[in-house]
Amino acid sequence: MSAIPTQWSRVQSYLPGQQQLTRWLKQSLLSAAGIAVFVLLWQLLASQITTSLGSFPGPMQVAQQWSGLVAEHKAEKAREAAFFQRQLERNTATLAANSEAVVSVRPYNGRPTFFSQIFTSLYTVLTGFVLASMLAIPAGIVIGLSPRLYSAFNPLIQLFKPVSPLAWLPLVTILVSALYQSEQPLFARSFLVSVFTVTLCSLWPTLLNTIVGVSNISPDLQNVSRVLQLNWLTHVRRIVLPSAVPMIFTGLRLSLGIAWMVLIAAEMLAQNPGLGKFVWDEFQNGSSDSLSRICVAVLVIGLIGYALDRLMLQLQQRVNWDKSAQLR
Amino acid sequence: MQKPHLELSQLGISFPTPKGPFVALQNVNLDIAKGEFISLIGHSGCGKSTVLNLVAGLLQASAGGVILNQKEVNAPGPERAVVFQNHSLLPWLSVYQNVELAVKQVFRGQKNKSEMRDWIEHNLALVQMSHARDKRPAEISGGMKQRVGIARALAMQPQVLLMDEPFGALDALTRAHLQDSLMEIQARLNNTVIMITHDVDEAVLLSDRIVMMTNGPAATIGEILQIELPRPRNRIALADCATYNHYRHQVLSFLYEKQRKVEVLPKADAAKSPVKPAAKAPAKAPVKLAAEEKRA
Repeated sequence: MSAIPTQWSRVQSYLPGQQQLTRWLKQSLLSAAGIAVFVLLWQLLASQITTSLGSFPGPMQVAQQWSGLVAEHKAEKAREAAFFQRQLERNTATLAANSEAVVSVRPYNGRPTFFSQIFTSLYTVLTGFVLASMLAIPAGIVIGLSPRLYSAFNPLIQLFKPVSPLAWLPLVTILVSALYQSEQPLFARSFLVSVFTVTLCSLWPTLLNTIVGVSNISPDLQNVSRVLQLNWLTHVRRIVLPSAVPMIFTGLRLSLGIAWMVLIAAEMLAQNPGLGKFVWDEFQNGSSDSLSRICVAVLVIGLIGYALDRLMLQLQQRVNWDKSAQLR
Repeated sequence: MQKPHLELSQLGISFPTPKGPFVALQNVNLDIAKGEFISLIGHSGCGKSTVLNLVAGLLQASAGGVILNQKEVNAPGPERAVVFQNHSLLPWLSVYQNVELAVKQVFRGQKNKSEMRDWIEHNLALVQMSHARDKRPAEISGGMKQRVGIARALAMQPQVLLMDEPFGALDALTRAHLQDSLMEIQARLNNTVIMITHDVDEAVLLSDRIVMMTNGPAATIGEILQIELPRPRNRIALADCATYNHYRHQVLSFLYEKQRKVEVLPKADAAKSPVKPAAKAPAKAPVKLAAEEKRA
């Protein structure tokens, strides 16, 4: 008799508890209800608004445009595959006729699709963000450890922190054109302009949070370090960095959020072939589908921003030594 | 006469304030022999921790100095290991790694890898913490953390072990247990120890000498009590021992009769004008002590 309850309790321990399940269910239902209300209101209000490009798109039109964009992407991929297939056949034929012949392999220069633009945006934002972090974390550690450096740099940080990406962009554009002149450029200028603008705008939260994290190390741990006579590098590696990790990650998450927002604006003006350019082109295009397509882009931009934040959170949970810390 | 192992000579410290220097400690003279166990006892704010921090080198004396083996102390170093009041373990390192950090730093170039490992294990065994070597500080109890803190300090093989109220934050049973452990370790290693405590029983049980401090400002050594109880000491046997109780009585009478501390209520304190009536010396003390604590 007693064997069955024990077995059952073992099974139960693997399942989420009853309470947990109801809570999760309740949460999902509420989220779904929120989305449903939003979609309903959107549908109702959209049909009331008439724009120069026809009525404002409702959820249905946007969903249609989404499948349209997917179909376009598939068609483009098929064209690309066909292009390479033709090229290969032509080249093999030429080589079969004359094994000495020089054949050329050309890249496919198709129109970027919505999905390749997403990829470009992600690539650009991550480059800018990594660059910003590589600058901000070491600088933050050095500045945070020295009250003098902090006093020296704090006014500058406060000065540059609130500058809008749109103000940086012309400067960055001119500087990139002046300084990056190469016969066979490794990177497109539009890419570099977007990356540097993202870097300039997104490094501040990481820098400030690193400074705060580093300068607030518990005095007891600093005394431990002094008694042990740790040298500067060991002190930073074993004491300073770990205790500042939670703050550094708070900064990194804020920075990544800003980087993603700035990127869209930067791409619009720098014409980097990403989501920003997609929105801009659709806006300039002004066809009857444009508004729906922009709505698709807005939703995708939001979703990607959310996903990036969650990824950062996962990384934080993995790296942070304090597993009990509440992260949200 | 043989030179003392550790000498506190005319030791004093003052902190600058807007109203001129504030003398926290002055004229502390103490010679400590090798292997001696000294307790510092006194009311809170009397500068016990300041004395310890001066010996540790974490603070700089403004008068006099600390001499260890005929060398003046003016910077912190592992030969004067500190057991901090709140254990101060690095929360991101395991028990083993916490001790390892100290051992790697102190014995770099002297011990090879396996010797270091043995030495860390040995010290963890000494404080009976081998079973929790891979746990993080957050996963062990307060008493265990303090044990690891002691192991880390002992692993530095210090000439002087400085303990700042090591058992102050622990419950009475854990404290008794750790005191017994400390006595055992002390009997085995014969370390020179300076320990700060608030606990009269702890002071009498563990010490060779109890140094009783007067109330600040300008605190100094009031009395020194030699404890001539045979070792090993047993707390249960001593509970009934007349000599033990006599020592206790002497410390208590110093703390609660001669150096009675009158707590001034914050409200009354604030209401007082700068021109205070010339009250008894102890009554004035806490007013300035609050200022001292802020600075420390």
